[in-house]
Amino acid sequence: MPLLNLNAYLGIQPDALKVYSQRAEVLAANLANADTPGYLARDIDFRAALASAGSQGDALQPTTTSADDLTASSADGGNVSAADGNVTTDSGGVSTEQFLKYRVPLAPSLDGNTVDSQMEEGQFAQNTVRFQATLTFLENRFSELTTAIVGQ
Amino acid sequence: MALFDVFNIAGSGMSAESVRLNTVASNLANADSVSSSPATAYKARYPVFQAIQSSLMSPGAGADPTQTADAAVQVRGIVESTAAGTATYQPGNPLADANGYVYSSNVNVVEQMADMISASRSYQNDAQVLETSKSLMLDTLKLAQG
Repeated sequence: MPLLNLNAYLGIQPDALKVYSQRAEVLAANLANADTPGYLARDIDFRAALASAGSQGDALQPTTTSADDLTASSADGGNVSAADGNVTTDSGGVSTEQFLKYRVPLAPSLDGNTVDSQMEEGQFAQNTVRFQATLTFLENRFSELTTAIVGQ
Repeated sequence: MALFDVFNIAGSGMSAESVRLNTVASNLANADSVSSSPATAYKARYPVFQAIQSSLMSPGAGADPTQTADAAVQVRGIVESTAAGTATYQPGNPLADANGYVYSSNVNVVEQMADMISASRSYQNDAQVLETSKSLMLDTLKLAQG
């Protein structure tokens, strides 16, 4: 009897959540550096980042051939290495750093700063709404699952 | 998780903007200060902001600075304005020099007010980002809890 593959069941939504949270970080960095001379505003190429996250997710689908495999792969998954003092979580995660692009400035200022605070605020708000929409999708998936399990 | 870094980044922005507000307050408070020589007159102070990549400061990190997402901001230092102050003839002033002149600060009050509004707006932006990220994280924590 096939077990439920939770990764496949949740689809692309968890990956989307990761990309949204990394994009929130980039936009927050832009806003924090709104007055830094020479700072170049950046953003994530969302389509490429999510496409990469989706393909990574497929490649990392665990395949279980025997009962022993399950314990082995769960020990590897989400490993935490604290070798060089900084903790990195490697849970088949999405790395969006190669998808960082510089923003094309609408009105560059004389000090070389290309952050447009209003535009960044707008992008941040949009990112937030999309993050919340993804959370709602996930919430619905979980409540479907609960309904199926409880059966009433 | 990337949203945790938002707290550090927005926090660094708020910290830098509050330093900027401090210099504005100091400049405005000393706008009318006088001195007995041009060298000792109060000079307007400005913070110099600089982006920092926290991942570059961790040991063994050879990351390309353009390829790291986290760019917090720090105050690199405080510079003093080199604009000329004004000399006023006030022979009755106890601080007046031998020729009867006192030397006032080179603070431009209008410029300082504009700087104050800009710093305050940037601070509000950072605070808003912090607030939004906090509610997103709380929403994520409450996922599938009914």
